[in-house]
Amino acid sequence: MSDGENISRRAVIAGAAITASAALLKKLPARADEQAPQAAPNAVAQTPAAPPPSTVDPFTVPGTPTSATSVRSPFENPVRTPTGVLTGSSLTPHQDLTGTLTPADLVFERHHSGVPAIDPRKYKLVVHGLVDHNMTFTLDDLKRFPSVTRVYFLECSGNGRAAYRDPKPEMTPQAIDGMCSNGEWTGVALGTILREAGVKRSATWLLAEGGDAAKLSRSIPIEKAFDDAIVAYAFNGEALRPSVGYPARLLLPGYEGNTCIKWLRRIKLIDQPNMSKDETSKYTDPLISGVARQFSFVMDAKSIITTPSFPKTIEPGWHEISGVAWSGRGKIARVEVSTDGGHTWTDAELQEPVLSKAYTRFRQMWQWNGSAATIMSRATDQTGYVQPTRALFESTRGKGTDYHYNYIRAWNVGRDGKVVFAV
Amino acid sequence: MKALILLSVALGACSQSESRSGVVGDSARQAIAAATPSDSPRATVLHAPFRTIGHRATSAEVRAWNIDVNPSGDGLPRGSGSYQQGAQVFAQKCASCHGPHGEGTTGNPKLVGREPRDFSFAKDPKIVKTVGNYWPYATTLYDYINRAMPFDKPGSMTPDEMYGVIAFILAENEIIDRNQVMNARTLPQVRMPSRDRFVPDDRAGGSTFR
Repeated sequence: MSDGENISRRAVIAGAAITASAALLKKLPARADEQAPQAAPNAVAQTPAAPPPSTVDPFTVPGTPTSATSVRSPFENPVRTPTGVLTGSSLTPHQDLTGTLTPADLVFERHHSGVPAIDPRKYKLVVHGLVDHNMTFTLDDLKRFPSVTRVYFLECSGNGRAAYRDPKPEMTPQAIDGMCSNGEWTGVALGTILREAGVKRSATWLLAEGGDAAKLSRSIPIEKAFDDAIVAYAFNGEALRPSVGYPARLLLPGYEGNTCIKWLRRIKLIDQPNMSKDETSKYTDPLISGVARQFSFVMDAKSIITTPSFPKTIEPGWHEISGVAWSGRGKIARVEVSTDGGHTWTDAELQEPVLSKAYTRFRQMWQWNGSAATIMSRATDQTGYVQPTRALFESTRGKGTDYHYNYIRAWNVGRDGKVVFAV
Repeated sequence: MKALILLSVALGACSQSESRSGVVGDSARQAIAAATPSDSPRATVLHAPFRTIGHRATSAEVRAWNIDVNPSGDGLPRGSGSYQQGAQVFAQKCASCHGPHGEGTTGNPKLVGREPRDFSFAKDPKIVKTVGNYWPYATTLYDYINRAMPFDKPGSMTPDEMYGVIAFILAENEIIDRNQVMNARTLPQVRMPSRDRFVPDDRAGGSTFR
């Protein structure tokens, strides 16, 4: 858990938001360089040493009493890798996780001016612009609407930048693609909220704005608002955590993470995109033809093997190759695995149920014979889109392109059993 | 209880609108709509309005947060600023991070610089994007500075100060002359060098990688 989150939470309890902001600034003066590769490209989660062997036989004495909240076994220490800056990120440790649901405290974070300390009693969402009635909703109001619960992935569009621009063998799945998480979101359909205000026919976009110091804002096509957009207030069964947007955020399934405005405070119905900083100078994708792709919302199909991966060392014999795949355009149709560097591919087993715009875990058993091998996964989504090779990606978009780095990831297994990122 | 009108379809008919020509965003929006039919379960179960949830926003509530500025200049406040005024403000409030002439400092964005003029960013990740070589709209400067700058004290600058800083940044980028005053009328008229470099998203799933 990040310092920012701790401070924010204490501040809410103490009702001292201003103090918290000051403390954050004092504590964290540095800012991330957005031109640089993602922070912590080589980050290996700093796992504390396992506790010393116990001298007590647990079969012979009673254990600990019940508790208010559970904690992980002292032998299990999955942690994010915070950069410690106000515009930074903190990455999900894929290599420590199984299944498809990211534990709430390990969901990646990325923000543009720190985590705001928002008192839910003071929270409000204003809806205005090209509507019949300007409306204000409190958090309690939002919870009175019919709720929807869906499982969706959420991925930063810059996910994979460090691995693309500055790949290193010692990169974990966390360091490569840690700005992606998946879980069960609960909230109100955005369409329900908009219907309450009454959207005028002239409204073709909406501007969503956050309640953080950056007041991050993005223009969203109105079609998405009435399709599957949610104003979410819960994740994996409990209230959103501050770094994930407490008390309410926009969740646009399949769209790049920055559009899913956290700490949502305002929605304005408009008839042209706002052209905010984060949809012009950032989050646009330069292409080798000398243009930049704009409003490139959808995250295309991607997959990554999460085990075996760096820093694991494996023994000859049977191993389960396992990872996650997802697509912003719908369901994953197939995931193929290669253990010979992409010469031959076989279909992996997909974990059911396969959900649209959500993680699908894939698995394939592999008998490693002890010789050098390169293992990789390739996702195909329901539109027939196939995860590209790095060569195709680079020749199509260029070395200096930005965002949407979804090419095939590979791992080299050495004769010593050491698994490293194939660069 | 009022009858609920449950519609299981998307609100296509109600969200359609006549499109304007000449706005980049319209073609982008239409391309998106055409390219990404959702296969997601519809989040929206549309109800007739409940009418008793939430309250009408007061004009004061809306005014307090209605800060956005668009390329047409909608939302720009009264006031004005010159290069000279802006230079003073920039030195006091911006230069510590962005450098005396917007050249950037370690870890903080460079604002000034016109090269490369061929928009070759995709060829080399080391090329740094600036206001002068990348930003398509000058109004974004007001929108962004007003919402987020200075980084440690957003919302603390007056409109005159912001117009001045914008005049300074644009003139340092040699996009406007040093004698041009920025205000609600002149700022939207500034044509940025990279204005035509932005294209709608042409990815659409399927077998072609773009």
